[in-house]
Amino acid sequence: MPNRMSMIVFSGTVDKLYPAAIMASGAVAMGMDVDIFLTFYGLDAFRKGQPQTNQKMDVNYAEIAPMLAKLMREKNVPSWYDMLLKAKEMGNVRVHACAMTLDLMGMTKEHLDPIIDDVVGVGEFVSNAKDGEITLFL
Amino acid sequence: MVAAAQEHMILDARGSFCPGPLMELIRGIKQAKVGEVIEVWSSDQGSRKDIPFWVQKAGHELVGVVDEPGYARFVVKKLR
Repeated sequence: MPNRMSMIVFSGTVDKLYPAAIMASGAVAMGMDVDIFLTFYGLDAFRKGQPQTNQKMDVNYAEIAPMLAKLMREKNVPSWYDMLLKAKEMGNVRVHACAMTLDLMGMTKEHLDPIIDDVVGVGEFVSNAKDGEITLFL
Repeated sequence: MVAAAQEHMILDARGSFCPGPLMELIRGIKQAKVGEVIEVWSSDQGSRKDIPFWVQKAGHELVGVVDEPGYARFVVKKLR
């Protein structure tokens, strides 16, 4: 069985979504399976239309975020969403939506971006993550 | 970007950031036949460690790493 990296993506700002996508890419490159659990603001960033338009950055870095965003545009860095799509094409990356957040927001899977595989409860995610080698909280 | 070369595939991933060049290489290796040689060009510093590490882990052969001004050429032979 391949090794596994599990990620809990709580943040919905672009600066946190990038590491999620890059770590997922690195993990599939190294032959690992990846499970991503989207919750709260992390899930909000995957509402239909959000991945393509969300420009939010962490306000703690308000003075350097615009400069970084500009540099990334100039240097043609692909969007975090394109990176995640690519990682999913290359390997076994599963994207899970947090059931509790969906209920709270009064949404169903139909309101979310199609990159999302399923809706799971925290219990299921944790019991899967238990067998993995790496777990990250972003 | 794939360019027809002398006798092997060249993937020009210059300007692409970590892990872009490695991802290009993995994609290229998947498409290649066993025994084929693939070359990936990278200006990303992470590639220097990532690519040789992946090649070894995936069981292929790193034929060579050639330094060029501003980038490096990684020559890889698909072994399996």
